[in-house]
Amino acid sequence: MVSCHPIFIVPNSTQLIYRKSSWWKRNQQRLTPWIFLSPGLLLFLVYVIWPIFNSLYISLLQWDGLSPAIYVGFSNYIELLDDEYFYISLINNLKWLIFFMLAVPIGLGLAIFLNQTIFGIRLIKSLFFFPFVISQVVIGIIFSWFYNPRGVIGPFLESIGLSNYAILADENFATYGIIFAGIYPQIAYCMILYLTGLNNLNTDQIEAGRMDGAKGLSLFKNIILPQLKPATFLAIVVTVIGSLRSFDMVAIMTQGGPWGSTNVLAYYMFETALSEYGYRMGYGSAIAAVLFTIMMFYILFFIYRMYQSEKKGL
Amino acid sequence: MRKILATLIAIASLGYSSAFAGTLVINTDLTDPAPKAAFEWAFTKFQEENPDVTIEVNNFDHEGYKQAIRNFLTTNPPDVFNWYAGNRMLPFVRAGLVEDVSDIWSDTGWVDGNLTEGMSHAKKPMTIGGKQWGIPYTYYQWGVYYRKDIFTANGISVPTTWDEFVAACATLKAAGVTPITIGSKYLWTTAGVFDYLNLRTNGYEFHMALTKGEIPYTDPRVHAVFDKWDELVKPGYFLENHAALAWQEAIAPMVNGEAAMYVMGNFSVALFKEGGLRDSNLGFFQFPEITPGIPMAEEAPTDTMHIASGAKNKIDAKRFLIFLSRADVQEEMNKTLGQLPVNSGSKVNPDPFLEAGLDMLNNAYAMAQFYDRDAPAEMASEGMKGFQEYMVKPDRRNKILERLEKVRQRVYK
Repeated sequence: MVSCHPIFIVPNSTQLIYRKSSWWKRNQQRLTPWIFLSPGLLLFLVYVIWPIFNSLYISLLQWDGLSPAIYVGFSNYIELLDDEYFYISLINNLKWLIFFMLAVPIGLGLAIFLNQTIFGIRLIKSLFFFPFVISQVVIGIIFSWFYNPRGVIGPFLESIGLSNYAILADENFATYGIIFAGIYPQIAYCMILYLTGLNNLNTDQIEAGRMDGAKGLSLFKNIILPQLKPATFLAIVVTVIGSLRSFDMVAIMTQGGPWGSTNVLAYYMFETALSEYGYRMGYGSAIAAVLFTIMMFYILFFIYRMYQSEKKGL
Repeated sequence: MRKILATLIAIASLGYSSAFAGTLVINTDLTDPAPKAAFEWAFTKFQEENPDVTIEVNNFDHEGYKQAIRNFLTTNPPDVFNWYAGNRMLPFVRAGLVEDVSDIWSDTGWVDGNLTEGMSHAKKPMTIGGKQWGIPYTYYQWGVYYRKDIFTANGISVPTTWDEFVAACATLKAAGVTPITIGSKYLWTTAGVFDYLNLRTNGYEFHMALTKGEIPYTDPRVHAVFDKWDELVKPGYFLENHAALAWQEAIAPMVNGEAAMYVMGNFSVALFKEGGLRDSNLGFFQFPEITPGIPMAEEAPTDTMHIASGAKNKIDAKRFLIFLSRADVQEEMNKTLGQLPVNSGSKVNPDPFLEAGLDMLNNAYAMAQFYDRDAPAEMASEGMKGFQEYMVKPDRRNKILERLEKVRQRVYK
């Protein structure tokens, strides 16, 4: 391979070229992957790694983005420990994480329900998939109209003799109102994952199971669900990620209100660092660092699981 | 390749040379129709008077402008930009991004301006550290907008004292009308109510001291404001579910006749009229007196024009600011804006709300900018969150004020 390299056919300059190329030749195997990786690595360094460390650094500063920054050590983090909005945001993130998971079983249910061969099922499937196609912003706005005391739900309650109720103005339930809006497209997403999973079921196994007397729930639990494991895994992963980045719905529907009770970490970070009344870059970065740590735990767990299952050859 | 490069250089030099010959770069957020029309008129007029100057306008979206201003002032400063008076301009002034324009205020060498004559009353909100940092071109009054017909139907006359005001609320409530409508989703509407209660209970000096962070939020005088507020909140005189409504959405109950009053700024009149109210059934009155003897100060948020310290064409920028402060220019612009000119030599449109506002402000003891313009942004944001929470959960007053006090100690340290 190397010997038929054209450089070595040129007789006069052999010596020189040999000298020159020897280091390259010796290290070629080692260097080539890095050369190919370098554009990507460079971008990754500039746009991912550097910002991470930079915002960790900013979290040690007191800085409004205009005036000179003052180094304040860990005081932003210490303040965070005594900030009730921070705990509210953290608890809301947890609520998102737990209740957003409902999208997975509901998506599975819908997928099984729609996994039929009747006339027009494709149209019906695409209608069910529709919420995922609409932009999150549009969904947020539409749900705000639904919840508005002068919108749909409030007047409906009034018409049946109950008192008007605006869930987004209720500090105890506003977060659930937003989660419900957020879950709406997420169900469609999980459903489509399961629909593809259901298409790839091994019919031999199902028939074998049937012959062995499996029916209904036991067939589903023992034969179908194990085959859907990759789809389940993927659905859980995208749902967890979706719940952690639940920024857009909060921004559109309540801006963290009423009085900060629907804040999540991502939105609280934005509010302190970048909103009209914010510009506490250091404090916002400290919140970002906490959010980053939480996500990191999850991502590491996810990578570990992937690594394990790949080792098993799944 | 060389050809492309040559073309690029040609284009760049073209742009540069034209930028050199008296171009005035103006950054604004005038996307709403009325301000846009008013400023288009002003730009045209300025160019007619100053044919050597070319105006170049960069128009930003109103909300996006609040973010963009931080970027363009530090990286690519225009010559002139619009902003707000009071504490809102403080971070930019402090960071050295705004040009000191004290010389046009003192008329030294700027013969075509006479700011001392018509604008001296508006000098104070433009002053930081003894210097002036821009000029105001428009403001508007805050007060109580009410349904005349509902008042008449319930035998209520315009309240001038606190007792009359509370009694009017009680009568309205008993008649099945929501006394005061409000939409507090975006928080700032609550600050209007707080400011007026505070201005009337403790006075202008107290308002300024509080927003400057000199008074603890746990002070008995702050509690006195909330005592008055209790008299409105606890009997349920404010619209229900207001935390879910934007200020515009809260106009609807008043238009429908389900609510009778709104503590608001004059910009709301356009929306009331769009909803079908007319001068015959929509009225305006000054927020009533609470503590007798305290001089009546009003809320009058002021819009301003500034020069960036990094401006390339400061001479023409100052000419533009002087132009904008002239009585005839402000008169014409504010006719379009539907607001009040700052220059005392300007006249206003024959409009009952503007006339009432002008009359009120001309007799005002002092003018506050608004809670979120007088207080630093961080304090204002926490404060308004607290006001909203209080208006829904009045029992939490102590907890809220203690939290605000904690914020105050951090923000003003």
